[in-house]
Amino acid sequence: MLKGKDSFVGMAIRIGLLGGAIALFLCLVGMVEIFGKRFLIEKVVTLGHALLLLSGLGVGFVAARRTLNLSTERRPLASTLAGIIAGTLTGAVLAALVLIGDRLDLRAVFLTASPGLYSMLTMGRGVGGAWILIGIGALTGLAGAAFVLLPDRLRQPIQQGLLISSLISLFTGLIGVIMTNQGGAVAKAENFLFGSTGLSLNGAIIVFSVVAAWSLLWSYLAGPVKLGVDRLPKAGKLTLRVLLLLLLVYVLYRLPFVSGPFVSLVLVTISLYILMGLGLNITLGFAGLLDLGFVAFYAIGAYTVGLLTSYGQYGLQHISFWAAVPIAVLVAMFAGAFLGLPVLGIRGDYLAIATLGFGEIVRILAGSDFLAKYFGGPQGVIGIQKPCLGFLEPFLKVDVPRVCDGTLLGTPVEIYFVAIVSAIVAAFVATRLRDSRLGRAWMAIREDEDVAEALGINLIQTKLLAYILGAAFAGLGGAIFATLVGSIFASSMQLIVSINVVSLIIVGGMGSIPGVIVGAIALIGLPELLREVSEYRFLFYGAALITMMLSKPGGLWPSTITLRELHLEAAVPETETAPANKKPKA
Amino acid sequence: MSILTARKVTKRFGGLVAVSSFDFDIPEHSIVSIIGPNGAGKTTFFNCITGFGKIDEGEIAFNGTRIHRLRPDQITHLGISRTYQNIRLFADMSALENILVGQHIFLHSSWMSAVLRTPGTRKEERTALDEARRLLSFVELGGKGDLLARNLPYGAQRRLEIARALATRPTLLLLDEPTAGMNPRETGDLTGFIHRLRDELGITILLIEHHMRVVMDISERITVLDYGEKIAEGTPAEIQSNPRVIEAYLGRGAGTERTATTRVQAAT
Repeated sequence: MLKGKDSFVGMAIRIGLLGGAIALFLCLVGMVEIFGKRFLIEKVVTLGHALLLLSGLGVGFVAARRTLNLSTERRPLASTLAGIIAGTLTGAVLAALVLIGDRLDLRAVFLTASPGLYSMLTMGRGVGGAWILIGIGALTGLAGAAFVLLPDRLRQPIQQGLLISSLISLFTGLIGVIMTNQGGAVAKAENFLFGSTGLSLNGAIIVFSVVAAWSLLWSYLAGPVKLGVDRLPKAGKLTLRVLLLLLLVYVLYRLPFVSGPFVSLVLVTISLYILMGLGLNITLGFAGLLDLGFVAFYAIGAYTVGLLTSYGQYGLQHISFWAAVPIAVLVAMFAGAFLGLPVLGIRGDYLAIATLGFGEIVRILAGSDFLAKYFGGPQGVIGIQKPCLGFLEPFLKVDVPRVCDGTLLGTPVEIYFVAIVSAIVAAFVATRLRDSRLGRAWMAIREDEDVAEALGINLIQTKLLAYILGAAFAGLGGAIFATLVGSIFASSMQLIVSINVVSLIIVGGMGSIPGVIVGAIALIGLPELLREVSEYRFLFYGAALITMMLSKPGGLWPSTITLRELHLEAAVPETETAPANKKPKA
Repeated sequence: MSILTARKVTKRFGGLVAVSSFDFDIPEHSIVSIIGPNGAGKTTFFNCITGFGKIDEGEIAFNGTRIHRLRPDQITHLGISRTYQNIRLFADMSALENILVGQHIFLHSSWMSAVLRTPGTRKEERTALDEARRLLSFVELGGKGDLLARNLPYGAQRRLEIARALATRPTLLLLDEPTAGMNPRETGDLTGFIHRLRDELGITILLIEHHMRVVMDISERITVLDYGEKIAEGTPAEIQSNPRVIEAYLGRGAGTERTATTRVQAAT
């Protein structure tokens, strides 16, 4: 018995120290201080404080959950104790930082160990505040443990309330602008709910209560509502789906107008990454062929449109954007085949390196002095036409300067529509491909190349098609990028773009089309909209990737087959499935 | 008339001769087994037939066509299909999808018609799905089509693998240790099932098997490999009494010939 108690105390100490190490890290990379300039709740809690509170809550939660395998009578006590111990230790580590920082000048090594950080940690109370820090650690640890002990029905509302109010507060800028633009009562509500950088105290309380109440209500309503929908006749279900779809279309249509040009630009960026993500999802997600040089096709699409439509020095033709796009897609497809052919026989890690090389070659060639007379070298291609939406706009008009007879799609808000429509079409095409004979062949190759070949699948043809079609999507993305920016430079086609695309696929869910969309919003959209995060973009990516790999390897939105399977497993009696594959519920 | 003929087939891995100058015939509509101790070259020979490993010498002909220089997918087109010693299903695809992949060579719609979902594609997909369901019920997995292959019980995975092989509509089916890991009841069922494949579908069957009772029970002819060389060939009765086979299985000097035979029989 004593041994069991010892082991849980030891566990809590380990987790507490680990949490302390993480909190310490966040402090010393400067994240806490920078986040400290932004309020989560106006004049009450800053984002930096929230980060520290979260680490306390987190360790308390994890430590308490680890006690769940103890005998039932002692469990609540053990969980509470474990949470408090872990939280206290996390606080203690930070307190130690304050105490050490008081004696020694840590700034010689850690630039960010500034007085500002200390005053944040001690809430302006000097060294004495270190003890408060320990106390707060204990309290948050206790709160974290409480989460484990609370019944689901209570925990869910609190959790969702906290999560959603935090999210709303994080996006104060975005939501604030939208609400203010509406004018009238909505603008007044904005004034009441939001402060300058976050929710006001009143706003936070209101949002939290509304979300929590709704969540509590929903926990009673969800069952009957779902049953009601299930019982709807076929026509009724169809109507419901059409209505939801129309709502989505309306929201997508209104979004750029209510949110302004900056957010529109972010939305275009997200759409372009969705296009690239959908393309790489074919090569990587469906066919399992890792491509780390995916940006090459994006660059090729962009340069093709650039050269075909630019009024600048390097423009070969001045054809319409709409005529240039299919050509750009075709050229990208050829490039896909060109890359695919030599690397077909390569598997796994070697493939990643070979494609990495291809991406770099394209970028370096485009920016080289050697080819500067065609691609402009480091100066890039400038003066790229904006798309013109005109009745019977001549496709191949070559006069200079070109006059747009219809609507010129020049601003980000207008290009947004080009990008979002392309992304929707791409998602549709990707879905159809996935469900086809070709999609199945890709997945078979991903699962077991040899067996796929033994079943009559021509590996060369099928893999090449994966490269070619994947490249087509990226080429389309590049084409839109070129017209959006109006000028393209080889230096914007960095390796990091390829890595972003791979990351968003992993975070969203390999092989899942909605996953690509969710991944692009999470990895591309969030850092753009949250200035604070964009400062630590790669730290955020790394953390996101590791967390996903450990806790949700299927991604934020796993591919449908996995979902369908989970659904069925519930329906099939236990004995029907192989026991070896049963995983304990997390 | 033989459906498959191998002449002087030799396969080397570096200095090791895995299959050595092997002559082999499979009569049409027969059930033939290859047996031999572990490492005798049985699976290597399977790989040579299906195009996984290129042979170093000799030739293999299937229905008169020389196949030893073809790619695996081309050989499948000609009508040879196989299963694997350690089950190799597409684990993260559903049972139905596994079979649909097997039907790949009979589906012809291009990626563009798949995107447009032309009437032709839709019809093709519908027929393929019907066929896949039919095959699933044929291997007694009806209604389990939506389960992921990895979540099927062991015996069902074996049968699904056979169904997937059947989806390529083979005239020659190679089964690599189909009863490995099965209990006696499942083994009995499978024996009957293999007979049905031959009798109802007219498929010629070549199998590698360690389970002697199964081998003696269903094979019409048996070939014994040892260290890559053929040491015996004949009907089950002939093989059971062949002294070289007994030696290969039990080692030299394993008592008198008489007791060795009894031990082989006892082992089965």
